[in-house]
Amino acid sequence: MTEQQGLLVKDVSHRYESRVSVKSASLEVQPGKVHCLLGHSGSGKTTLLRIIAGLESALTGEVKLAGMKVAGEGFHQPTEKRAIGFVFQNYALFPHLSVLRNVMFGITQCSRKEKRDIAMDLLHQVELGEYARSMPHALSGGQQQRVALARALARKPAVMLLDEPFSELDSRLRSEVREITLRVLRSSNSATLMVTHDPQEALGSGDMVSVMREGLIEQTAEPRHLYNHPVNEHTARIFGVINSISPSSEFGRSICPPDRDNTLLVRPEQIRLSQTSKPPQGCQGVIVQINYEGPTVLIQSQLGSGQLVWTREFTPTERHPGEQVQLIMAERNLNGAQ
Amino acid sequence: MSKPTQPLRSACTVILCVLIAGLVAVPLLQIISSVGQSSDGTWQHLQETVLPGYLWNTLVLALSVGLLTTIIGVGTAWLVTSCRFPGSGILEWALLLPLAIPSYLLAYAATDVLQFSGPVQTLLRNTFDWSRADYWFPNARSLPGASVILSVNLYPYVYLASRAAFLEQSACVREMSRTLGLGSWQSFFRVSLPMARPSIFIGLSLVIMETLSEFGAVDYCAVDTLATGIYRTWTSRGSLIAASQLSLCLLGAVAFLIAFESVSRASLRFHSSDESNRVAACIPLSLFRGLAASLFCWLPIVAGFLLPTLIFTHKTWVNGDQRAVEMLADLGTHSLILATIAAALAVGLGVHVAHARRTHPTMLVKMAARISGLGYAIPGGVIAMGVLGAILHAENGLNDAFEFLFSWSPGFFFSGSILALLFAYQTRFLAVSLGVIQAGLTRVSPDLDAVSRTLGKSGIKILTQVHLPILKRTLLCAFMLVFVDVLKELPATLILRPFNFETLAVRIYQLASDERLDEASTAAIAIIATGIIPVIVLSKLMSRGNSPKSHRHDPTTANPPPLPSNHD
Repeated sequence: MTEQQGLLVKDVSHRYESRVSVKSASLEVQPGKVHCLLGHSGSGKTTLLRIIAGLESALTGEVKLAGMKVAGEGFHQPTEKRAIGFVFQNYALFPHLSVLRNVMFGITQCSRKEKRDIAMDLLHQVELGEYARSMPHALSGGQQQRVALARALARKPAVMLLDEPFSELDSRLRSEVREITLRVLRSSNSATLMVTHDPQEALGSGDMVSVMREGLIEQTAEPRHLYNHPVNEHTARIFGVINSISPSSEFGRSICPPDRDNTLLVRPEQIRLSQTSKPPQGCQGVIVQINYEGPTVLIQSQLGSGQLVWTREFTPTERHPGEQVQLIMAERNLNGAQ
Repeated sequence: MSKPTQPLRSACTVILCVLIAGLVAVPLLQIISSVGQSSDGTWQHLQETVLPGYLWNTLVLALSVGLLTTIIGVGTAWLVTSCRFPGSGILEWALLLPLAIPSYLLAYAATDVLQFSGPVQTLLRNTFDWSRADYWFPNARSLPGASVILSVNLYPYVYLASRAAFLEQSACVREMSRTLGLGSWQSFFRVSLPMARPSIFIGLSLVIMETLSEFGAVDYCAVDTLATGIYRTWTSRGSLIAASQLSLCLLGAVAFLIAFESVSRASLRFHSSDESNRVAACIPLSLFRGLAASLFCWLPIVAGFLLPTLIFTHKTWVNGDQRAVEMLADLGTHSLILATIAAALAVGLGVHVAHARRTHPTMLVKMAARISGLGYAIPGGVIAMGVLGAILHAENGLNDAFEFLFSWSPGFFFSGSILALLFAYQTRFLAVSLGVIQAGLTRVSPDLDAVSRTLGKSGIKILTQVHLPILKRTLLCAFMLVFVDVLKELPATLILRPFNFETLAVRIYQLASDERLDEASTAAIAIIATGIIPVIVLSKLMSRGNSPKSHRHDPTTANPPPLPSNHD
């Protein structure tokens, strides 16, 4: 990436009174790309977003938008001067303005007709052209979210910042609104940083994903790499249930090379259940719990040593608690915890 | 930790805010500075003779009015919000009507109706053929009489506060209490009432402050309280210092009330309302209960509004003040101009202070906002003393300086002008507009400020393009409240008005104190007619916001304009 474009955050730190909320965070987002910031609540991701917007001041570090320094070394450019668009978690639409006037609100330096044209064009892009005259309170959550998106994009910002933009939507609406949002964002060519606590959303939306914990960015990677090669147990666990297996345990001995000495992190779908009585590998266990998840089934089995192991099956097979099974590694791609 | 955007503009905002607080504080400081001064024995004389009586009467009046307004205000509020009975829809706003009537008019009307030669006693005597010694009849011109008159006049403050609290109460909580086996009465006493307590206290403290500062009605009922004592000490004894010292006693009581209200407000923060803002279903009352509820709600309206209005209308019709009719245009214009300018100023200053407090929440600005809100708690007469003292001080100094420099002095150009009166009104009523606007602003999400900034707007643009349009109803509400207050205001107007400058309130007071009530009725009807318009607008604003049929999800109309309060 050339530093002249997109978003660059370098060694940014921040504290609320005595509590450090962001520790030396760095990341880059290229124009037209979507970067997701994933973490639990209180991990500092929203604070980092607000620092980039200028709504909070960084203690140290530097922020550049489209190659222009906006914060760092005692300099703090006011929010209203920064080339950003911000979509708040609750959308923060102006309740006294119509949808069209909301979108026109931030557009400056052009005639009223031009402002109107820009706003209408964006409303059509987010499939809300016919709601231009409506008041925000008359819209559904998904529609309000799209108005907020159009309003933020209306100023043609170099960087778009989205704070949990889909968290207030139900799961049915969420994927539909996300699809429209991502399409519009990518076509706008803005560099987008999106904060979310939903791992599926981060993996599904981001070109890159950063995992944040207690103010620290623990890992930044492409979604597939992040899922398959988490740097630590926290990053691995954020994407769901994981088996933490010691090489000296019964199951560990059956799947690990003899020289392995650190704990293995194995996802449930990396282990296969088989009913073969004489296994060439793996070990024997008894099913103790079955969780139906719709398209998949999560199964917990207990080994002879008492160790509990989770497995996930994608093809519906009739299983029952108490059933004897063989646990076999389906993939050779094992991760060691740090 | 967010940064102010433009240092120069920020500094101006803060300085103006501090100046406004300074303006409000001047009369108070003037009164406080009287502590150490000698009143040439007047104070000692007061202490030995009338002061204990003043204190006792003030205390009894405040407590009895507090109790009665709580019963009327909370009772009516609960009935109209929780029960369905004939006329409950009309009552919702009609219960605010007594706000339009100045308390002294109520006192005049009550005394007139209930006196020996009045229609009630005459009717009794004629019907039963009684003579004077045959029966006992309560005297309206007494301490209990004054208590009832003030309660009927002031209960709308408690009604407003408790009604808002009952409406904000989560329907779930009330329904939950029913599922736990509580009947509707038990649910009221064990759940609704305790939950509404902080709001009721706020309304109650407003009532008590109004009672402490009450002059006209109390004076007419011949009850000696601190407020009337201050006026008398100044007018008949001519001692401004002793009057100021007497004012300090009231300030002490007021300081206690402020502390009390702050505590109530702190506990209010722990009460959250149901996010979904679901309105609990009203309980339909049986015919008998419905009639009883109806009677309970109509009684204060009849006593506090309908009866006095009828009485004054009748008097005007039969034996009106010919001179008042001629003067009515002048008097009305004076009252309207004063009320309009004072209300507009109070809203303008209130917007500035409230906005500064939101955008620059520093210790200094918070303190300034708090001081700006102090005046409401202080009686009009006390404020008038302070304003007069401060202005005379300034004018004396200025005259001495001019005399010394140019052997000429400009004289007392400010003390007898309308400006002095406006100054006093701001000191007294800025709190009302500030309270309403501040409470309204807290309901505007800070995210709207942040999003405006991300859209390139700052400071004044956020105020004019976002806050003010959203707060339209709140601003109107603040304007109306100050307008009605100024229209009815008597003691400060009486003390500070320019010579030969009369308002409707002053004219009524003058005629009534000469026992020329029939003549006073014309101006009384004029003041009621002028006052009723803002009160109706106000009550419509309040009920529209709270109606279950209103756009409940539209944040600009979802909430009623908040009740004024002295504190943030």
